[in-house]
Amino acid sequence: MRIKFFLMDSKNSLKKTDFSLTDVISIYDFSKNDILYVLKRAKEIDAMTAEQKNKLLQNKIVASMFFEPSTRTRLSFETAAQAVGAKVIGFADAGITSAKKGESFSDTIKTVSNYADILVMRHPLSGTARLASEASNKPILNGGDGPNQHPTQTLLDLYTIQKFVGKLENLKIGFVGDLKYGRTVHSLAIALTHFGAEQYYISPESLKMPKHIAEEVKEKCKVHETEDLEKFIPEVDVLYMTRIQKERFPDEIEYNKVKDAYVLNKAMLKNAKKEMKVMHPLPRVNEISTDVDDTPHAIYFQQTASGIPVREALLDILSRVKK
Amino acid sequence: MNKEEAIKKLKVRVTPIGNGTAIDHIPAGMGLVLVEVLGMNSGNAAAIALNTESSKTEGKRKDLILMENRFLNEEELNKIKLIARNATVNTIKNFKIVKKEKLDLPEKVQGILQCINPVCITNHEDIKGKFTIKKNPVKAKCIYCETSMNEKEIKKYIKK
Repeated sequence: MRIKFFLMDSKNSLKKTDFSLTDVISIYDFSKNDILYVLKRAKEIDAMTAEQKNKLLQNKIVASMFFEPSTRTRLSFETAAQAVGAKVIGFADAGITSAKKGESFSDTIKTVSNYADILVMRHPLSGTARLASEASNKPILNGGDGPNQHPTQTLLDLYTIQKFVGKLENLKIGFVGDLKYGRTVHSLAIALTHFGAEQYYISPESLKMPKHIAEEVKEKCKVHETEDLEKFIPEVDVLYMTRIQKERFPDEIEYNKVKDAYVLNKAMLKNAKKEMKVMHPLPRVNEISTDVDDTPHAIYFQQTASGIPVREALLDILSRVKK
Repeated sequence: MNKEEAIKKLKVRVTPIGNGTAIDHIPAGMGLVLVEVLGMNSGNAAAIALNTESSKTEGKRKDLILMENRFLNEEELNKIKLIARNATVNTIKNFKIVKKEKLDLPEKVQGILQCINPVCITNHEDIKGKFTIKKNPVKAKCIYCETSMNEKEIKKYIKK
């Protein structure tokens, strides 16, 4: 019995050469190899039957700790955890936790680490995920730490590109809209440097890609910065649209100046490559007309759905790391 | 002016110390910042020379701090490294320099910088900030919230 248990354990444990991390905190921590391993595992899990998936994290407990409200990310994580057979504990509102009694964040993390095998968390303050990874002896899976990192969004974007565009290497990708505040765009731009993507930054002057990100990308990739969307549509393999976030603007006048700067409609896609895909992290407001939804270019709803296999893969991987 | 003349001139301005620390080759203008950062309230004597001639220091002018009966710990040394790199720290015992350390930027620092980002967890909980330091240009990146500070900001946010 002991031998059998040992064999099972060694089969399941993860080699550092496959995946070098013990927590999923920031896309900056990922090597190209780490990214490819997650995508490979997501593809394998995507192809499994519900029964096969359900055995992956049997007898494991996942804590879902949402210190700030979230619908999409929380439900996606909890769906993924249930689908791989884990039991889920947690909270969706910090107001019902001991944080309200004045407990420090580190103490909350240490306490929950005694109950669960993996801790999924979202917090309004930046840096909380890294701090949690120091405080906990269990793997941390970052579901967003304030305006800083949201690595699972980046991984699901990469998975979507690989699945629907068919390649990650030497891609031509246009980022459109709010490139200044959108953390999704920043992380994806950085992640794509591992794959030599040619990047087009299409935005109003006031919402340009931050200089430090653009410079980092330029060290490894070709970058074009422009305000002209239509000119570059025929060039790209992927058009990554973003919402101009009203809540980021100090006043309504500034927001009104740029809110309709880029509205993509079906007519604008007439010169696009046949295989070109339009992505969007959602929710959208008016930056993609609904007439694009039915074209073969639109993959934003499939993109959201990719969140499930990617998060299932990350839970599976973290359940096998040794911290 | 040769080296000997320069030393002679300096000795007129500041009295040599028997025991303590001399921080030499501080870039001109940073002496007073260092005084504030290191604090001089220990009750021991200290002397400061500002804008003195120096052939070795960038800009040919330097500041100098002499602190009697005071020896610096690692945290204090790291603070000097961050804001007055290329300075030299001399440990003096019985009027002799027993240790001469030429400083360079550290790769990491802990507990001596405050993060510039108001929504960084380190500004909300009692934890020591940790930063990785990059050269050319000098930048300190918070390992928690990943925000980078430039040289000017580092000087502003160094703990006093």
